[in-house]
Amino acid sequence: MTGTTLYDKIWNAHMVDEQADGNCLLYIDRHLVHEVTSPQAFEGLRMSGRKVRAPHKVLALADHNIPTTDRTGGVDAIEDPESKLQIQTLEKNCAEFGLEYVAMDDIRQGIVHVTGPEQGFTLPGLTIVCGDSHTSTHGAFGALAHGIGTSEVEHVLATQTLIQSKAKNFRINVVGEAPDYITAKDIALAIIGEIGTAGGTGYVLEYAGPAIEALSIEGRMTLCNMSIEAGARAGLVAPDEKTYAFLEGRAKAPQGADWDKAVAYWRTLASDADAVFDKEITMDASDLPPLVTWGTSPQDVISIDGAVPNPAEIKDEARRKSTERALDYMGLTAGTPMQEVAIDRVFIGSCTNSRIEDLRAAAAIAKGKTVVDSVSAMVVPGSGLIKLQAEEEGLDKIFIEAGFEWREPGCSMCLAMNADKLQPGERCASTSNRNFEGRQGRGGRTHLVSPEMAAAAAVTGHFTDIRNLKAEG
Amino acid sequence: MKKFNQLTGIAAPLDILNVDTDMIIPKQFLKTIQRSGLGKNLFDEMRYTPDGQEVADFVLNQAAYREAEVLVAGDNFGCGSSREHAPWALLDFGIRCVISTSFADIFYNNCFKNGILPIVLPQADVDKLMEDAKRGANATVTIDLESQTIQGPDGGAIAFEVDAFRKKCLLEGLDDIGLTLQKGDAIDAYETDLAEQPWR
Repeated sequence: MTGTTLYDKIWNAHMVDEQADGNCLLYIDRHLVHEVTSPQAFEGLRMSGRKVRAPHKVLALADHNIPTTDRTGGVDAIEDPESKLQIQTLEKNCAEFGLEYVAMDDIRQGIVHVTGPEQGFTLPGLTIVCGDSHTSTHGAFGALAHGIGTSEVEHVLATQTLIQSKAKNFRINVVGEAPDYITAKDIALAIIGEIGTAGGTGYVLEYAGPAIEALSIEGRMTLCNMSIEAGARAGLVAPDEKTYAFLEGRAKAPQGADWDKAVAYWRTLASDADAVFDKEITMDASDLPPLVTWGTSPQDVISIDGAVPNPAEIKDEARRKSTERALDYMGLTAGTPMQEVAIDRVFIGSCTNSRIEDLRAAAAIAKGKTVVDSVSAMVVPGSGLIKLQAEEEGLDKIFIEAGFEWREPGCSMCLAMNADKLQPGERCASTSNRNFEGRQGRGGRTHLVSPEMAAAAAVTGHFTDIRNLKAEG
Repeated sequence: MKKFNQLTGIAAPLDILNVDTDMIIPKQFLKTIQRSGLGKNLFDEMRYTPDGQEVADFVLNQAAYREAEVLVAGDNFGCGSSREHAPWALLDFGIRCVISTSFADIFYNNCFKNGILPIVLPQADVDKLMEDAKRGANATVTIDLESQTIQGPDGGAIAFEVDAFRKKCLLEGLDDIGLTLQKGDAIDAYETDLAEQPWR
């Protein structure tokens, strides 16, 4: 008998029931809830007179639509009446159903995918869901974590389970040693560029190999976060010593004897040497250049020293039309070197890149430099605790002195549900995860980059190869 | 959930690759706390100008397709955000079936929870249905879930695959949660065993 994969192990450990048709009832250990995808689920519970089965397995907070500007007026002072109502609705629902709610003025408040791991709510080997596609982030700890729709949010609240059919196994080996200018974001973009935005559809990805092991936990979160951009609902990295070191002592992580027992179990969570994957690819991190997207899909990836692609050279008609549409939307001309593309805005933040390591990396580039006059740049920390830590390290001063805005935590301009958005035609170097049409504001033009590359673009006014900037530095 | 059995309706061609859920329903409409009323904002930024005028050449604004119930679309439909507002908006507009060569997993799943049938077909079949759909209101298709066939305007039948359990739920309009709660004993037993792993 062949061995099992990490995904198989977690799956098997959570199976409550298997139907004859192959659909399974999977137990869910943790449920993160936010204001946008939950109101209709709570309403559904009320209409059918159902309760939340395991309230202590739920953690709720508002992140998508909260302001990142001054919050001293509290929720009542939120200008947008719809945003305010959605946040108030979440507060009320949590009170009514007895769920833990991290309020807007709580230091722990932040983006669900930042706060969850930070509190030790995320642990290896768990199943974790949230009505948000970037739930894949938590796979960085070796947890099976994925986004669900609102009907499934209601299903999990009511039953603590999900009806699931098993995905296939896809291992992505990243070998070689990544140069110091290559971040987890570049590795993620390189993978998506390679396999495409539908390349992971129907699969759970497992990231493995020396370049993955070398990543910090923050880096692994960035990588797993973007699994959904490759079409995979979930991405996984097997837990290791770094994982345990990150989690030990966190508020919701097990303590004492329970911790020891948990770690002993977590050490069993790795794919067996003879496990068979349905698909497997290997990439080399040692020869990657810093990457930037040029189009309106995260797979539209090019080297920072490359040029805007020419649709005329694409034989496949559907792809050519798609590229023409993207360039038209992005206002780019084929053949233009990416480093000559000027930007208007910079966004450093999102569940992809708003952790302390991301802020340190961006600050290291920004230090002593100035955001050019034509550019408006903002930094949005992933949580209140990260904001506090960054301030203790003096990163806020570096950003502010360089001309960046230093904001309160939230999803902000990653999806532009609050007041933080691009104006039509504005071009943004963004550390977020999606460059879709209109994603950061109607008519806005998003280029996905690492925090270093975003900071470099801010201080030069155009996309800049950080290898050159670092050499000058 | 509304049952899905047989549907005869106009198919609208949306010949775009990687239609994401931000396109289907932009974020400014996610602030609602209800499921209904999103149809008017389906494909909002493609369908209307910034000042709210209809974009004449967008498919759902054309006279032939205003009552469309089927959407034929390019590969990887529904990618991106997990927002169930996307199928809610489609349903509220009147779309009950989407046909493509592939769907993003979360969107695909969300469709079944809302009485929408997503159908995956090989490229050649999608190309044929796309061409048929471009003929306008005369090009109705009939989708029969029981027999798993699509009848095109020229009479030819195309077979499609669908998971047996999802098919049953659609045909009978079953409530997932009700079904799962019938397995309450199994969930109870599983939770009892969880005492072995107190951190869970």
